[in-house]
Amino acid sequence: MGTISLIKARKAFGDAVIIPGADLDIKDGEFVVFVGPSGCGKSTLLRMIAGLEDLTSGAIHIDGKDMTNEAPSKRGLSMVFQSYALYPHMSVRGNISFGLKMAGLPKAEIDAKVAKAASTLNLTEYLDRKPRQLSGGQRQRVAIGRAIVRNPEGFLFDEPLSNLDAALRVNMRLEIMQMHKDLGATMIYVTHDQVEAMTMADRIVVLNRGVIEQVGSPLELYNRPDSLFVAGFIGSPKMNLIQGSEAKKFDATTIGIRPEHLAISEKAGTWTAKIRLAEHLGADTFLHVDAGPCGMMTVRAEGEYDATADAKIFLTPEPSRIHRFDKDGKAIRK
Amino acid sequence: MARTVSTRRKLLVTALAWAIGLLIFFPILWTILTSFKTEGEAIALPPKFLFFDWTLENYGIVQERSDYLRFAMNSIMLALGSTFFALVIAIPSAWAMAFAPGRRTKDLLMWMLSTKMMPPVGALVPIYLIFRDFGLLDTRGGIITVLMLLNLPIIIWMLYTYFKEIPGEILEASRMDGASLGKELLYVLTPMAIPGIASTLLLNIILAWNEAFWTLSLTTKDAAPLTQFIASYSSPEGLFWAKLSAASTMAIAPILVLGWFAQKQLVRGLTFGAVK
Repeated sequence: MGTISLIKARKAFGDAVIIPGADLDIKDGEFVVFVGPSGCGKSTLLRMIAGLEDLTSGAIHIDGKDMTNEAPSKRGLSMVFQSYALYPHMSVRGNISFGLKMAGLPKAEIDAKVAKAASTLNLTEYLDRKPRQLSGGQRQRVAIGRAIVRNPEGFLFDEPLSNLDAALRVNMRLEIMQMHKDLGATMIYVTHDQVEAMTMADRIVVLNRGVIEQVGSPLELYNRPDSLFVAGFIGSPKMNLIQGSEAKKFDATTIGIRPEHLAISEKAGTWTAKIRLAEHLGADTFLHVDAGPCGMMTVRAEGEYDATADAKIFLTPEPSRIHRFDKDGKAIRK
Repeated sequence: MARTVSTRRKLLVTALAWAIGLLIFFPILWTILTSFKTEGEAIALPPKFLFFDWTLENYGIVQERSDYLRFAMNSIMLALGSTFFALVIAIPSAWAMAFAPGRRTKDLLMWMLSTKMMPPVGALVPIYLIFRDFGLLDTRGGIITVLMLLNLPIIIWMLYTYFKEIPGEILEASRMDGASLGKELLYVLTPMAIPGIASTLLLNIILAWNEAFWTLSLTTKDAAPLTQFIASYSSPEGLFWAKLSAASTMAIAPILVLGWFAQKQLVRGLTFGAVK
């Protein structure tokens, strides 16, 4: 069992409050992603769960037990660091087996476990190499090997893929998801990349300035953002946010409409807009348009859209897809 | 693109470098040369550079008159002992300052360095009295303690700068892996900092070996290192340049050899982190 609960977990350095107080319940076997812009406290929160940062107040329960003041290694959690944090002076074998050695396991058992982890991660032929002789992807695998060999209740990932190049990142993303499926362990994954969050998570926790803005499944966050911040953060390209008189018509301070929920027409529509720029991705075309009173907007057109600069188009939002927000940035729901 | 340097310029710079090198080395060379002269030739005017009657008699007399090995043994014990205990204290201290700094860490480092700014003679009387009252005068233990305390600020500073270069995440990983603080220092931090620790160790051995003020003030016979051995030839019967030079050459020879073999490590250590 690997449930993790945060109860009013607070972190402050003197007067600087990093996490004012977070409450969160993570179910056994769940894949939870902490997402938010850099400096939002997501890594701090993860490190508090890991035991690498003390709590100023509040509690952390793991598997139902109070682990607030327990040493990191006693919490039954493994961590994969952004920089991999491999021991540079040890071989791959040494890196993977270090935790088991510290636990005082007999040598035969350590060897068997290392061999098993290495074969799962395709590292068997690299066992005697030093980390500096490995590629970025292999180092990442060693870091994961070090985490799984201890057979933990839960895994903590701190932006593990941000040092990899784009192609490798997609591969590793799939491997981590596969690993989650195979092991069934609880995983907490920190990232600033909302695409990673959307694709991997069972549940996403959106953080902003140390405060949990919203918790929900990827599609819940996409379809029903609670706040302007979540609306702007989840989804790519970003949601168009419109203020002023156009928003007033909908009884809101701000309205939001995603680029993919705007219908384009050359004849008639709610708003008129002038095309400024077009990004051709093949499958989609993103038009950056100047929509007069609505300001600059991004519109997604399916397939190849033949856009001429300064051409006039009409945009019509799908009524059910318009998000309304009050003056505090909170969603207005009927 | 590499800067092109003309051959003439290269020659000039090389000559200049050699000249400066020779200038620095000259006193040592002169000492060594003098040690092979007779007392008469040693003070001859104009001085003779290479063309004199080479003789080994000074070495013979020095060896006969005083027990070189006993002094050398003390030097080795003092240098190694003070370095060892200093490292035992400095590694955890530098760890704390580099990886768990508090609000006053920077001030603490400055304060430690400031103790090196005080002239040692200012502390001589109190330390002498303490040594006298505790019966530490002319004991190896006492001198090792003084030499250790003397160089501790420099050692902590050097290790602190090396440790700062080591990513904290690696130490955190070892904590996740269940390493206790002691094991973290022993199995993770120390092996990673070996180059830095090695150059700190070498530098401290050299400093301790050459330290004269405290060793001359606090030792007479039993714990006397090679600095006393040299000093014993400058008095009281008057100056004997050739014998003094022979004694000096014998005193600096071991550390010179060590420095020669370790110079790569020393240079690397002193410039560590300057270039990535």
